[in-house]
Amino acid sequence: MADNTGEATVDETVAPKNPERREFLKNLPVLGIAWGALAASVGVILAGSLRFLYPNVLYEPPQQFKIGFPDDFQVGSVSTAFKDKFGVWIIRNEEGFYALISVCTHLGCTPNWLSNENKFKCPCHGSGFYMTGINFEGPAPRPLERAAISLADDGQILVDKSQKFLYEQGGWDDPTSFLSFA
Amino acid sequence: MMGRLKGWFSDFTRTPVWKSVFRHKMPKDPKNRALAVLTNVFLHLHPVRMRKQGLRISYTWCMGGLSFFLFLSLTVTGILLMFYYRPTAQHAYPDMLDLMESATLGLMREMHRWAAHLMVITVWLHMLRVFLTGSYKPPREFNWVIGVVLLVLTLLFSFTGYLLPWDQLAMWAVTVGSNMARASPGVGVEGPGSQLLAVGGVPLITSGSDVRFVLLGGRFVGEGALLRFYVLHCIGIPFIFVMLLAAHFWRVRRDGGISGPGKGGRLAL
Repeated sequence: MADNTGEATVDETVAPKNPERREFLKNLPVLGIAWGALAASVGVILAGSLRFLYPNVLYEPPQQFKIGFPDDFQVGSVSTAFKDKFGVWIIRNEEGFYALISVCTHLGCTPNWLSNENKFKCPCHGSGFYMTGINFEGPAPRPLERAAISLADDGQILVDKSQKFLYEQGGWDDPTSFLSFA
Repeated sequence: MMGRLKGWFSDFTRTPVWKSVFRHKMPKDPKNRALAVLTNVFLHLHPVRMRKQGLRISYTWCMGGLSFFLFLSLTVTGILLMFYYRPTAQHAYPDMLDLMESATLGLMREMHRWAAHLMVITVWLHMLRVFLTGSYKPPREFNWVIGVVLLVLTLLFSFTGYLLPWDQLAMWAVTVGSNMARASPGVGVEGPGSQLLAVGGVPLITSGSDVRFVLLGGRFVGEGALLRFYVLHCIGIPFIFVMLLAAHFWRVRRDGGISGPGKGGRLAL
């Protein structure tokens, strides 16, 4: 008599139950690979998305730039010619050159050089700095920062804003913060 | 004649067209009134019934509802503003002026700005009311946490939106605000611990790679920052805000609706 329930009981050696096939994907190495692959792909997607947010092309003026020959600058003068484009003042005294970064140390506004009063004055909250960059009035807590300054091979002065020197950390003692030029 | 009209209408409500839209009868009895709300995706977050005390404005101040209303106004006015505003350095400020001078009524920008200021005020008052009525006590503690996150997001909305007119006030306010990001521990280049993250002597956190750089898309507030803040303001923060808002409302409904005098204490479940 045709009886499909009877087949398994009639002869179990003919069609034995095969647990290995059913359990194949449940063993630890396979599970580890599967979950690991999922975690890895999610991690890569997240990391890739985060890296995507970092711009590779910046429409900003370069951090390193040449500003001309030493003879273009008068001794005892503050040059504001590079403030708009590069954000630095170039000051020359008897010993040489230094570059001050035109960002107020209070909250980040751009100060102005007032030549008749011989000081940098910030329009936002009135911070005042001497020609050396030292703060003396207003809410600025520390002096203006210097940028690295050196002489390039062609004789022009090279300023590098990616290297900053802070007076209160002893940075102005670093020779790279000052270009000696008699 | 009215009889013929009413007959026509009641016949119409028995057609498949009507029944495919409205799956309940006219809301004239309690059951159908309940169904009219429950079977509607927009209305079903409303409670079918609420205690009359829940409408006492002297108790609830209605600040949460006002905040939500202002958020909806901001969304609608914001979308309308998007038809005319271009987030580039060249166009942002002139477009903003055009919205006030050339667009019909010229009020959209002002309404958006007013609603934004008012929303910040109403969410703070809502927070105060919830505190004063003790509506943060168990089982509502986590909803308070969600509310605080919503508050921070509201302030971030204001911060990102403030840059979009691209005037002096906007640019300097965001400069000062983003400078604070620079001082973050670890991920900010001027914060403590920024030198710790370095691979093989090359520092990972520099002025060109810290959290402020990612936020602004550059070293200072420029065109990149304008576009980023625009995307955050219109898409990024709204997504997160709406999800948390849904959770916030859902929890209020689940915990027994808006608090009212006399309810007090743990909800009897």
